[in-house]
Amino acid sequence: MAHRGILVDVTKCIGCGSCVEACQKANEQPAHEARGLDAHSYTYLMDRGNDTYVRRLCMHCENPSCASVCPVGALKKTAAGPVTYDPDKCMGCRYCMMACPFGVPTYEWHSAAPRVRKCQMCVHRGAAGPACAEACPAGATVTGDRDALIAEARRRVASDPKTYFQRVYGITEAGGTDVLYIGPREPAALGLPAVKTVGPLPELTWNALRHIPDVVLFGGVFLGGLFWLTKRKEDVARAERAELADKGDHHA
Amino acid sequence: MLRQRLAAIRLGFWSATSIVMIAVLAAIAYLRFTRGLGAVTNLSNSFPWGLWIGFDILCGVGLAAGGFAVTATVHILHLREFKPIMRPTVLTAFLGYIMVVCGLIFDLGKPWNIWHPIIMWNPHSVMFEVGWCVMLYTTVLSLEFAPVLLERFKLDWLLKLLKPVTPVLVIVGVLLSTLHQSSLGSLFLILPEKMHPLWYTPMLPVLFFASALAAGIGMTVVESWFSRRAFGKPIETDLLSRLSRVSVLLLALYLALRLRDLVARDALATVFPLSPVTVMFLAEIVLGAVVPMVLLAIPRFRRSPRRLAVAQGMVVLGFIFHRLNVSVTAVEAATGRTYLPSMMEFLVSAGLVAIGIWVFVLACRYLPIFPEGALAEEERVTRAAGKAVARPAPLAGSAAFDRTRIPG
Repeated sequence: MAHRGILVDVTKCIGCGSCVEACQKANEQPAHEARGLDAHSYTYLMDRGNDTYVRRLCMHCENPSCASVCPVGALKKTAAGPVTYDPDKCMGCRYCMMACPFGVPTYEWHSAAPRVRKCQMCVHRGAAGPACAEACPAGATVTGDRDALIAEARRRVASDPKTYFQRVYGITEAGGTDVLYIGPREPAALGLPAVKTVGPLPELTWNALRHIPDVVLFGGVFLGGLFWLTKRKEDVARAERAELADKGDHHA
Repeated sequence: MLRQRLAAIRLGFWSATSIVMIAVLAAIAYLRFTRGLGAVTNLSNSFPWGLWIGFDILCGVGLAAGGFAVTATVHILHLREFKPIMRPTVLTAFLGYIMVVCGLIFDLGKPWNIWHPIIMWNPHSVMFEVGWCVMLYTTVLSLEFAPVLLERFKLDWLLKLLKPVTPVLVIVGVLLSTLHQSSLGSLFLILPEKMHPLWYTPMLPVLFFASALAAGIGMTVVESWFSRRAFGKPIETDLLSRLSRVSVLLLALYLALRLRDLVARDALATVFPLSPVTVMFLAEIVLGAVVPMVLLAIPRFRRSPRRLAVAQGMVVLGFIFHRLNVSVTAVEAATGRTYLPSMMEFLVSAGLVAIGIWVFVLACRYLPIFPEGALAEEERVTRAAGKAVARPAPLAGSAAFDRTRIPG
């Protein structure tokens, strides 16, 4: 598989919760009813009324904000797709949680050695892929190559305009994500975060960070120059004063 | 004598406050490190950064900006007349950075991994830059402060070693501070979706740098006034007035940048209709920048050190307001989430400030911070002289202190 993605087809979801159950099992969490993303729930189902159920999980961005802001590289975008997390590197600054436009990473607030928690697309299961896709009985969550999934999503949306809202969520959001959604209504009505930024968010930061070498270089030259010039002025003034005092002595 | 006694009372007050605060901080630290951040803070998954980041880190670093501004004035611009206020300012900056490190130890989930950025690099992360700036500039500040200790303990050979590298240290310090102040603004660049347009702007790093300079100088004036009054020292009204003229320029520059940016992004219109959020913005701009700028621009106003301190105090408060608005108000307004710091979060922030002031007062007593030397030393000399002449000699400082007051 070149680059793994997940496609969520909201119109097919029957709200059985198999994905949630499988997720908790695969991540060795005690079985419980998940009401939101938290330290023990990497996915949950939102009941949007009219038999519409929408899953939330990490979007696995193409250009993830969380990985870009992590000072120690604890979060990483792997070549295979998943955005993974290494708790041993993490120092707990929680910048990833601030930066994520989808509000995904959560924290173990009541632990003495807390970790950031989020879906890692079941990297630990290797080729078996995400447990949620395997468990879904309705074909609402499927996994596969991202490009193939995008093609499939576009085909479904185009072929049935009565059922589908004409948009694939995840192609442009925050520069594109590996988790894609299609559904009966617009993404915002489904409860998906309205991420307006089309390009990758890390570029906003890089626009500032790339000036650092220039600030150091030209700032250093400027300050060094100021030091040199004013020092010279001070030396000259001192020499003149000394000379004046000298002359004064002779005349006296 | 009265002033000496006053100084002693103040020391007693800060000592008592600090001992209570240290006990309180120890208790909160115990809870925090055994039961997690959730046990002592109101932070949550939807609001992961709170008062400790917004005040202890963002403001602690910003208020230390006087340190690099004044050392640069003395050592790079060779304006030697500013030397008397250099050491207290460097001490303030040093204590500010120590407060930042203490705040980080409370706030980081796993502070024992705080050294990780040294070996685990991610140059694309602003936090990585911030981490390095904290480490390097704290080192520079401790070297800039070192002469005080070396003089006190008469380690002249070390002093001689340090002297020739001072200009280099100062230049490196200014560069690091520039990067650090601006990078704290850059931290928020990746949050366009989560911040109110009155505060989110690509200009954040520039605005953070300009406002930190203004606040750093403001802090220098306030701290000079406070410490010299407390210890009955002459106040260098002329120096503080000259610094305040620079403040006027900096505030004008800041306001111009800020307004230009708001207009360019069509964000100024979001002030209306007035709401609690936009009132916070107006208070920050008007009370924290416009009013003190106008007051400090009036020559007559600048003649009273007390008024200088009040106006510069407004600058400092306006600065704190801006940092908290960026880190809390703007995020609340754009995401609809709410956050109010817990009592324990307040206590930690207040406690760190109180302990900082205590250490400052102690340092002034026992170390050569002021040009006249350590206060305790001076008192001993005065007392001895008093015994010899059988009549307390008037404190040289108090007369000069009174002269600086202009009636009306």
